[in-house]
Amino acid sequence: MWLYEKKLQYPINIKNPDPRMARLIITAYGGADGELGAAVRYLSQRFSMPNDTTKAIANDIGSEELGHLEMVGTICHQLLDGADCQMLKEAGYDSAYVEHGLGVYPQDANGVPFTAAYLQSKGDAITDLTEDLAAEQKAKKMYEYLIDLTDDPDVKEPLRFLRAREIVHFQRFGEAMEIVKRLQSNRKYLIL
Amino acid sequence: MNKETLMREIMALDFALNDLKLYLNTHPDDEKSIELFNKIATKGKELFDTYQSMYGPLIAEMYTGSEHTWDWIECPWPWNKKEV
Repeated sequence: MWLYEKKLQYPINIKNPDPRMARLIITAYGGADGELGAAVRYLSQRFSMPNDTTKAIANDIGSEELGHLEMVGTICHQLLDGADCQMLKEAGYDSAYVEHGLGVYPQDANGVPFTAAYLQSKGDAITDLTEDLAAEQKAKKMYEYLIDLTDDPDVKEPLRFLRAREIVHFQRFGEAMEIVKRLQSNRKYLIL
Repeated sequence: MNKETLMREIMALDFALNDLKLYLNTHPDDEKSIELFNKIATKGKELFDTYQSMYGPLIAEMYTGSEHTWDWIECPWPWNKKEV
């Protein structure tokens, strides 16, 4: 169960519309390395984590990703808010506009809709955590590429925050991996 | 503290709590960090209650201030663009 809190994890206040950046940043919402996939990945994998510590890690990072999904949606929404048709056309946003108007839709930067095929839940902690470590690294690179493509500090700042969170999550998943390995080697020892 | 400053302060404390929570999941015996968590959580709860009593609900289920109208829909959603 979750309680909704009427605030963002990190402040976002974008003053200038930029449909071009909105179209790119939407991949952090519903692309292969986006926050929707991250949240569903960890919140699904948590059920088969082997002990209460690793369940906590998957549960709590998965929950934070929902907050990141809200942040990325907010960035895209604010980048589109106030854009007129001329701006949309110049930014190459016209095809996205035809499909979704100025709505926020889970898709990647090329307009490919979100799919659960972006993630796995394999029922095995080592397998799942290995995916999670890679996922955090990929998301970090995604944010770095997005940061490269904008000069607007209002957009850069929350992207930098999100990038930094990927590093922390990578660290925590790495610790989870060590915990699982210890657990498994103890089990082997007992059997012997 | 005005509304915006108070909100910033709450966001900062909540972020610290979230990050400490993740850390403590894998370092459950770090007493210094537990102490820090408890200190920030106490301060956070205080500011949360102050905010809700002055400016309206942050969590609908934890708010008892509505009387004749439903306050939850009165305060702006966090994705709204700030009025210039």
